[in-house]
Amino acid sequence: MSCFLMPSLGADMEAGTLVEKLVAPGDTVRRGDVIGAVETQKGVIEIEVFEDGILADWLVKTGEKVPVGTPLATIRGAGDPAPPDLPKPKPPEPTPREAPQPVDPVADPPAPEEVPLTDPVPTGPTPEIPQTPDVEIPPPDSQRRRITPAARRLAAERGVDLSRLDVTSSGVISRARIEAAAPDPPSAPDPGMRGAIAAAMSRSKREIPHYYLSHEVDLTAVDAFVTAANAARPPDTRILPGAVYARAVAEALVKYPEFNGYFTDGHFEPSDVVNLGFAITLRGGGLIAPALLDAGTVDLDALMQALRDLVTRVRAGRFRARELSDATITLSSLGERGVDQLHGVIYPPQVAIVGIGTPRLRPWVRDGKVTPRLAATLTLAADHRVSDGRRGASFLRSIDGFLQEPGTL
Amino acid sequence: MTHADAETALREELHRIAPDIDVAQIDADADLREEFDIDSMDFLTLVTALSKRLEIEMPDADYPRMQSFNALVLYLAGKSGQ
Repeated sequence: MSCFLMPSLGADMEAGTLVEKLVAPGDTVRRGDVIGAVETQKGVIEIEVFEDGILADWLVKTGEKVPVGTPLATIRGAGDPAPPDLPKPKPPEPTPREAPQPVDPVADPPAPEEVPLTDPVPTGPTPEIPQTPDVEIPPPDSQRRRITPAARRLAAERGVDLSRLDVTSSGVISRARIEAAAPDPPSAPDPGMRGAIAAAMSRSKREIPHYYLSHEVDLTAVDAFVTAANAARPPDTRILPGAVYARAVAEALVKYPEFNGYFTDGHFEPSDVVNLGFAITLRGGGLIAPALLDAGTVDLDALMQALRDLVTRVRAGRFRARELSDATITLSSLGERGVDQLHGVIYPPQVAIVGIGTPRLRPWVRDGKVTPRLAATLTLAADHRVSDGRRGASFLRSIDGFLQEPGTL
Repeated sequence: MTHADAETALREELHRIAPDIDVAQIDADADLREEFDIDSMDFLTLVTALSKRLEIEMPDADYPRMQSFNALVLYLAGKSGQ
């Protein structure tokens, strides 16, 4: 038994999405057979198997994006004994199922008892990552299933298992054929919020070389300042620590402009103004980080009012286009019911995200003595194309400095 | 204002903030923020709304007396009697 891995189709490829399975579990495969297709940034590329055998099982679902080297399927070599309690491999079904299954059954057949559990090394040919920078399309033959690009896309959208489709006399699978196999799309995935988060975060992880820093910060001064300020105020003018953090970040950015702006078209463009994206969770799931526009020039009270207004409108589903498009950096505060720290994912084309964990009393060494202080972990994820850790560290220390003197904010 | 009036006001204002939470399903003596999944901004919004609606002062320093649904009802009922 060996594994067929997500191939590397070029040096810059880090992951691929399995978009087609052309062979069903139990099918016989021969070296050179195309068994599926992988979508990369360069387009859809067919993948070939490198040994003779039987495809035992797919390990990845259609539509799933996995890193290079991830096992996609297990292949039982010609010489491997079949697992004793596995049914005989069946030939591909000649007719399509009525309800194509978008998700493959994942139940693995029980392993034979004599297989040593400590030996993960496959006994078949080495499952090396094939390097095939130039993909040649093999000539069609009767075993091959050809498919139009539109049909391929539709099949991936609707989760149609192409290996379960019979091939027409022409050998070409058309869009109409896919529609016949899956007349109704499966229950629509949440196309909005989750899709947008997925797209932005995938792009971020794909394009931005993040580096991460963290720093413990004493919030005793902030807490005392907020408590004192709120003591005499009616509720509608009270401030929250989140606004203090936002002001501290905006002030620190004056001296650290390389964390405020956009990275587009291969270069960084610092922003003259600080439009501070503030991560706001939504009831029922999802997260959005609209901007507190021009947070660098307003005072704390004005920023608090802007934050209240923003949160109220966002939770009601109303915000302005500029607030969504113009954030130049993001701040994510976990609030009072979170955890110690977060490792942010930069929202492209921004180049930094500052996180602040949930404040709690921690043992703190102060003047040579251990004392309980309200503290939190400040974190930074920043873009290595624009800045380095040393500057990032100075930036975090600068934020810390402002948080020790909240009255100046 | 009666205890019942205070409870009605709290139910209605909480519903504005957390419409997905059924008051009948929560533990009225447990932490209000946990039970209604509200953050500090939501809580401040709640206090602001109750203070205006009931025309009472709800000082920041009184937050410890507003930690659960039942505690907050008692607090509101006591406050409005002033």
